[in-house]
Amino acid sequence: MTNRHRLFAAVLVTVSTLASTTAGAQNRLSVVATTEDLGSLAREIGGDKVTVTALARGYQDPHFVDPKPSFILAVSKADVLIVVGRELELGWLPPLLNGSRNSKVQPGAKGYLDASLNVRILDIPAGQITRAMGDVHPLGNPHYWLEPGNGRRIAEAIRGKFSELSSADAAYFTQRYKDFDARLAAAEQRWDATMAAYKGTRIVTYHRSWPNFMERFGLVVMGYVEPKPGIPPSPSHTLELVQEMKAQGVKLIVVEPYFDTKTPDSVAAQVGGRVLVLAPSVGGAKEATDYIQVFDYNVNRLAGALKQVTGK
Amino acid sequence: MRMRVTVGVVLGTLLLCVPRPVAAQAVDQVQVLQQQIEQLRKDFTERLAALEAEIAALNAAQAALTTAAGPPNAKVFNPDIAVVGNFLGAAGRNVVNPSPALEMAESEVSLQAVVDPYARGDFFLSFGQQGVNLEEGFITFTELPGKLLAKAGKIRTAFGKVDGLHTHALTWADRPLVTRNLLGGDEGLSDAGVSVARLVPAGPLFLEATGQVVRGSSGDGVFESHQRSDLSYVGHLRAYQDLTESTNLDLGASVAHGHNAAGLVDDVDVGRFTTRLFGVDATLRWRPLQRAIYQQFMARSEIVWSQRGQFGGRQDSLGYYLSADYQLARRWFAGGRYDRAARADAAAVADIGGSAVLTYRPSEFSQVRGQYRRIHFGDAATANEVLFQAQFSIGAHGAHAF
Repeated sequence: MTNRHRLFAAVLVTVSTLASTTAGAQNRLSVVATTEDLGSLAREIGGDKVTVTALARGYQDPHFVDPKPSFILAVSKADVLIVVGRELELGWLPPLLNGSRNSKVQPGAKGYLDASLNVRILDIPAGQITRAMGDVHPLGNPHYWLEPGNGRRIAEAIRGKFSELSSADAAYFTQRYKDFDARLAAAEQRWDATMAAYKGTRIVTYHRSWPNFMERFGLVVMGYVEPKPGIPPSPSHTLELVQEMKAQGVKLIVVEPYFDTKTPDSVAAQVGGRVLVLAPSVGGAKEATDYIQVFDYNVNRLAGALKQVTGK
Repeated sequence: MRMRVTVGVVLGTLLLCVPRPVAAQAVDQVQVLQQQIEQLRKDFTERLAALEAEIAALNAAQAALTTAAGPPNAKVFNPDIAVVGNFLGAAGRNVVNPSPALEMAESEVSLQAVVDPYARGDFFLSFGQQGVNLEEGFITFTELPGKLLAKAGKIRTAFGKVDGLHTHALTWADRPLVTRNLLGGDEGLSDAGVSVARLVPAGPLFLEATGQVVRGSSGDGVFESHQRSDLSYVGHLRAYQDLTESTNLDLGASVAHGHNAAGLVDDVDVGRFTTRLFGVDATLRWRPLQRAIYQQFMARSEIVWSQRGQFGGRQDSLGYYLSADYQLARRWFAGGRYDRAARADAAAVADIGGSAVLTYRPSEFSQVRGQYRRIHFGDAATANEVLFQAQFSIGAHGAHAF
């Protein structure tokens, strides 16, 4: 072995032993959630027995998140990783998992929780699908958290996962789940009462982010600003949409905070309606600070706008 | 007839003889019976409705579970397959490195899957005009202790920033001059070997140190191994920090060392010369999260020093580029790059270039790009070209480049 070889061997050894491994045992479970919604539900169940980090912000398009190395650091320290699944994070989670070197949270490991496994999924495509249909999700619509029933199911799955990993606190997590469940049930009565008058009203949304939400509150989505999922608005589609909205008397366009409102604004002006930006996630609006607040915010804003356009 | 009349009379008498209270009682009983029947009917309807609702709920839950589990399919173990096509066109004058007017320059096939609970496997095959080439093919061990990530196989080495990127992840139709002059061109420093990368704990700073040992023949002659022990070594340190939620800074330092081909006389390595490379790179990104699909900016620079031993004395050559890319709208990207690079084997000869790039992306899966490029060669006539590129990808959705 020449001196140079020894030098390189020494560098390699130094690199691999440099500094100690990450700080030792902590009592609190370290939880990383890919979105703020899952993070909020994890906080509801975990309380002060967990620390929660959410990766994507609620006002950012969850399909297009940069796999930043700072996220790799977060995932590398996680005891539990909660993901939306249904291929929502397909473009950014794999490099984070790979780079994290954390065997506890790899798919299939005990610390990996796919929140979509026991929820109600809509828009599962039947038959042949191709990308000519736009950016379709073969496993169904991944925006399923926008339905209180699914929120409850996700919370239950989180309760199960936390209890499995930290059995000493199982009773605590169950108590917190019951408390959340009761608050959610009470809130649902409130939301149902607010939305009751608008059952069956037709609306338009920008992207297909809202099927669970709209179905839950009895609204009918008759069209989209996007001609196909993930494809930006085109003049011909916009023209058709305007005609269809006029024909059916549809006056409300719901838009996610991360889309440009230029096209929806112009459509709304042509049909004499209005554009409403709602929060598709926790953090999607300043007031939407937790899971229940997201619905409070959306339901109140939606009811206000529907009252205005329908006169009910 | 008489008989009937008699029965009628008897019945009538009987009825008339029944005391009033008894008649009222019978009516009451009938009413009670009616009420009971009504109550039963109501109970029955309610219970039936409840049962029907329960069955519907169970069916829905069953449907949800069935769809959640997905159909059993042996093909789920097939690797994710994707193909990226790269069609290139060129017009104008370039006497040093004339690329064809039209060329299906490269079709890259990727095959990626998890091997077992301990590792994943990745293959990238490129089909070009010259044939098939294993661009990369490696196993990654993901379950090692001590925050290590090890790769073994044919890899693009970790020297610098763009040298490790596949063609379709670049923001230009070509590679910078420094890559061509000092790092072996399109292929880059790609070689068979072993790579170990470790996350170095440094608080909120992302710090990753990578050490690689490769066979020693890569980069189209940058390194060339003539004995089994003529290995090349690459070391890379990457530091990344979020400055704000929208802005981040990515810094890197690299070093590489190995034998070169300069000492060959009649296929015998008489000179035993070596090349040593040093590099630093910096990338500043800005992408406002709420407008992430419409707007972003990236500025990048890499500087490479090459020390190449050869007959007639060591050549110390410097090369660098500065680039900036800006997303104008959902589908439009514009960028520019300034290049300057001396030749590895002739430090006195430097090439200087400039490019302006415009990219249109109909969707995540396709893009067309135009690039105006001017290169002032140190020893030949200035090249003035327009490059055209069409890229498209089919198959599995790969991760976004970062």
